[in-house]
Order: sequence, then structure tokens, then C-alpha cells
Amino acid sequence: MTQTDTRVGPATAGPAPGRARPFWTTRRRDQLTGYLFITPQLLGSAVFVILPLVLVVWYSLHEWNVLAGTFDFVGTDNYQALADDPNLGAVLRATGLFSVGLVVLNLGLALLLAVLLNQKLRGTILFRTLFFSPVVVSLVAWTIVWGFLLQDNGGLNSLLDTVGIDGPNWLRGEGTAMVSVIVVQVFKNVGLNMVLFLAALQGVPAELYEAAQVDGASRLRQFWRITVPLISPTIMLTSIITVVGSLQVFAQIAVLTQGGPGTSTTVLVYYLYQQAFQFHHFGYGATLSIVLFAIVLALTVLQWQMRKRWVFHES
Amino acid sequence: MSRDLSRRTKLVLYGVLLVLAIPFVFPTWWMVTSSLKPVADIFAFPPDLLPTNPRLDAYRRVFELQPFGQQYLNSLYIALVVTVGTLAVSALAGYAFARIRFRGQNVLFLVVLAGLLIPSEVTIVPLFQMFFKLGLVNTHWPLILVPIFGAPSVLATFIMRQFFISLPGELEEAARVDGLGRFATFWRIALPLSRPALGAVAIFTFLHSWNLYLEPIVFLSSPEKFTLPQALTQFVDAYGGPMWDVQLAAASMTALPVLVVFVIAQKQFVEGLAHTGLKG
Repeated sequence: MTQTDTRVGPATAGPAPGRARPFWTTRRRDQLTGYLFITPQLLGSAVFVILPLVLVVWYSLHEWNVLAGTFDFVGTDNYQALADDPNLGAVLRATGLFSVGLVVLNLGLALLLAVLLNQKLRGTILFRTLFFSPVVVSLVAWTIVWGFLLQDNGGLNSLLDTVGIDGPNWLRGEGTAMVSVIVVQVFKNVGLNMVLFLAALQGVPAELYEAAQVDGASRLRQFWRITVPLISPTIMLTSIITVVGSLQVFAQIAVLTQGGPGTSTTVLVYYLYQQAFQFHHFGYGATLSIVLFAIVLALTVLQWQMRKRWVFHES
Repeated sequence: MSRDLSRRTKLVLYGVLLVLAIPFVFPTWWMVTSSLKPVADIFAFPPDLLPTNPRLDAYRRVFELQPFGQQYLNSLYIALVVTVGTLAVSALAGYAFARIRFRGQNVLFLVVLAGLLIPSEVTIVPLFQMFFKLGLVNTHWPLILVPIFGAPSVLATFIMRQFFISLPGELEEAARVDGLGRFATFWRIALPLSRPALGAVAIFTFLHSWNLYLEPIVFLSSPEKFTLPQALTQFVDAYGGPMWDVQLAAASMTALPVLVVFVIAQKQFVEGLAHTGLKG
């Protein structure tokens, strides 16, 4: 059909007569195609990501009353409210606790499972399937089941009862509620990181271990000196994904604890939801959104910096 | 690959794996079996691993208490539309960023990538107001449009770009020399080769949409518009306490089909996820 040599135009123009170069060179057509290909993504990002981000700043300077239909400029009032908010400290603390707890437990368990599954053992595929299965179970369904198991008279306490331990009311105690939501979330999603770690472990050349063994290095030493450095790009990647994901936690909190007891599990997204959509303080909700964005941004930049220093090799 | 293990080490490893598997497997098992039991038996301890006299009563009540069939269809069609839309948007953009040279390419890629740092939780307030002004609150449009173009699709574009970069270019170049246009090269050569990446993106996207919870409870208010995660939390008695048997029956119906698909296709599932651009 069309000839796509650098000098000859498309079929519609036909082979260019004379010496004049056709306007639609392959290069130009390629450029245009490139722009056309990215247009949906670019326009979509502009409308549904960039514009709302700009608006969130704009709205944080306003108070919107849906019922009265008013939208008033209030200057920095919402930021003053933020500084004066007696809950903010507790909310940030809960957010930090959740994120740190989740990231540490998730990455630790994911790595442990991946190492176990990377042994020469029959049936590891079956176990891999089992550990991964909660990832595909509906999030709210998973959370509801755990909500039942963690009740005062639920499955976990009955189990503890048989060995003579009087279990606490997991979801209603200040400390245990946070631990519970973290653990429920870890079991839900750890399979994802496990699979990524497993792929990374399988990429570590066996010769390295053999050499280390000849040198008499213990297994633990081999793990820290060979495995960890070689899979550090994956550790970095999974930690970025997990940290950003941990800041987005919402459904588990809404279903299991509703932010309680007190504000002990009121993480930032849940607080934002309460303020904007339950109490209809949209302007203040927008202000809290900016706080959330600032945290996501700061953590990503920080991790990117660490990546340069700490990651052993880049593939 | 690791070294050969002694018999004793193997036994210990199996023991550890079995114990570790309990919190991953038991909840799902318990959810399904309990949904077949009368309420009193759900609380029995030790729990019966299989229901002694299974009944489907709770399943019938799921459909009486909520328009559950409609809600199921809502979740299913939204997730499918979002998946197809995301695949189209991200394959096109990913291919262009990986293979086509055009001016401003790197800057535009960074602009798109910035979307990863802006999850919809950050923009939910203005998104609500935008859709409110457009009269699209209590419709499915926000649940479709925001994921297709927002952070999840940016991640998809990134995965597709990484995949296309890793793909050997000779086939495409040969096709181009033979006179195939850009789009035809993309459609007939590159896209069929990118099935593993497309599969991984499809799985991710489907699950993301299927699990969405904040957006539905913000945007939807009438039960016949609800999606499954939202519907699951509606099975409460007059005092606001959960109706466990009904809730677990509804949860089972939500979780089981996806789980079955996963078990059948687990190889593609797991390896697809592990061997895309996400590998790092």
C-alpha cells in the first residue's frame, strides 16, 4: 500500500512529482501518530487528574454549602482551622502508625514467603496460589469476614479461649484496633509483593551462592550480603507501591472500626471523607486533601533519593 | 535456584508453610461454609469445617433485601468497561512513549507519570463537585471515567511502556519497511506480542474497579445503582447490627467467581504480574 520511505509521501499524495518534498514525510506522520496515540491519556489526565488537583487548592480557599447553594471565598480560614484542629495530631499519628506498621509487616512477610517458596520443594506452586488468593478476593468481603473473626465472641477469641487465653475485643480496644486493621490488610495484599520478590529471587545467579558457600559464608550471611543487595531494586519498588497504597486505605477502616475507638484508627483519608462527605465541610476536606497530597509527594521524593544511595544495582 | 534440602529441613519447611497458610485460606473457607449454615451454627465453636445441614436460605434473602442481581451487574459491567477502556488508553499511550519519536515526548511522559502521585483520594472533593455540576452524581460515570484516565490508568501506561521497550523491535521495523503504517504495525504486530502485559494490566484494572469503595459511597445514593462492595455493607438488621449469614452469603457470591477464575488461570495471573514492567 503506502510507501513509507523517508522521502516519499503517503499514497494519497502519490509519488511526489518533480523535486518538491511532500509535507507529510514519514517523520511528520510519525510525530502526528505519536500525539494521536497519547491524546486520550493526556486529555484524560488533564481533566480527571491535573484539573482536580488545581481545583483542590482553589476549593481549600472556599466554603461550599451544597444545601444553600453558596460558594464563598474564605481566604486562609480552612488552613487556620487545620492548624487549630484538635484531631489533626491524632489523625496524622494514626496515618503514620498504619503506614509504618503495614509497610514493615507487609515487606517482611512478603520476603519471608518468597524465600520459603524459592526453595527446592514440591508443591510450592500450590502454596503460592494459597498465599496469593486473598489478593483476588473482594476487599470488602475479606474485611467483613475478618470483622466477624475479630469480634469479641468471634473466631479468634474462641480459638484463644481453648488454650486458656482471654482475648481482647480486638476492634474496640485502642491499641488492638490499629494492629487488627494492619494485619487484615497485610494478609489481603502480601501475595502481590511476594510474587514480585519471588521473580526477583529467581533472577539471582546461583553461582554467587556457590561461590559464597565455598568461602564458608553462612546462609544468613549469604542472604544479607548477596540476596538483599541483588533484589534491592525490587525492595525499593515494592516499598514505594506499598507506602503510597497504605496512605489510600479506606474501606478496611470504614468497615472494621469507623475510625474508632475514639480517633485511634482515623487515618487521613477516612478523616477527609468524614469532614467532606459526612459533615459537608467541603472546603476543609479540600484542605485535608492537600495535606494528603503533600505527604504522598514528600514520601515519594524521599524514597527516590534513597533509591540513588541505597539500591545496589539498577537493571 | 536453591540447593537441595535434607529430608528434615523439607518437613520443617512444609510445617511452616502450612501454618502460615492458615490466615490466608481459613477466612475464605469460613466465609463460604458459614454462609450455608443457620446463624446459630455460625457462632458455634469449634467451627464445623463443613456445614452439617447446608441450606441456601441466606442466599435467597440476599436477593430479597437488596436488588443484588442488579448490583452484581453494575459491578460487573463497570469493571469490564473500565478494563477495556484502560487497556485501550494505556496500550496506545504506552506504545507511543516507547516506540514513536515525537517532540516533547519526555516532558509529556513526566506529566502523565505525575498522575501516579495523585490518587483519586486526593482529588475526591473536586471530582465530586465537578460531577455534581455536570449532573452526574448518582450515575456510574464517575466510577468509569476516573479510573480509565486517572492514577490506575497511568500505572497501566507505565507498565505497557516498559513492556514495549523490552520487546525486540525488528519485527515492527520489518513490517514498516514492508509498508505497514504506524497504527497497523501497532495493531497487527506489537499488540499481539504484548498479551502478557495486557493480561496483567487487565487483571489489575478489573480488581481495582471491582474493589472500589470510597468512590461508590461518595457518588452513589440509590440501592439499584450500588456496586457490590457498597451493597455488602447494607445487610444490617433494624439495630444496625450485621446480618451475618446474609452478609456472608453476599460476600461469597462476590468473592467466589473471581477466585475460581484465578485458580483456573493462576499461572498466567501470577507470572503475568511478576513479569511485566513492574519487575523494576
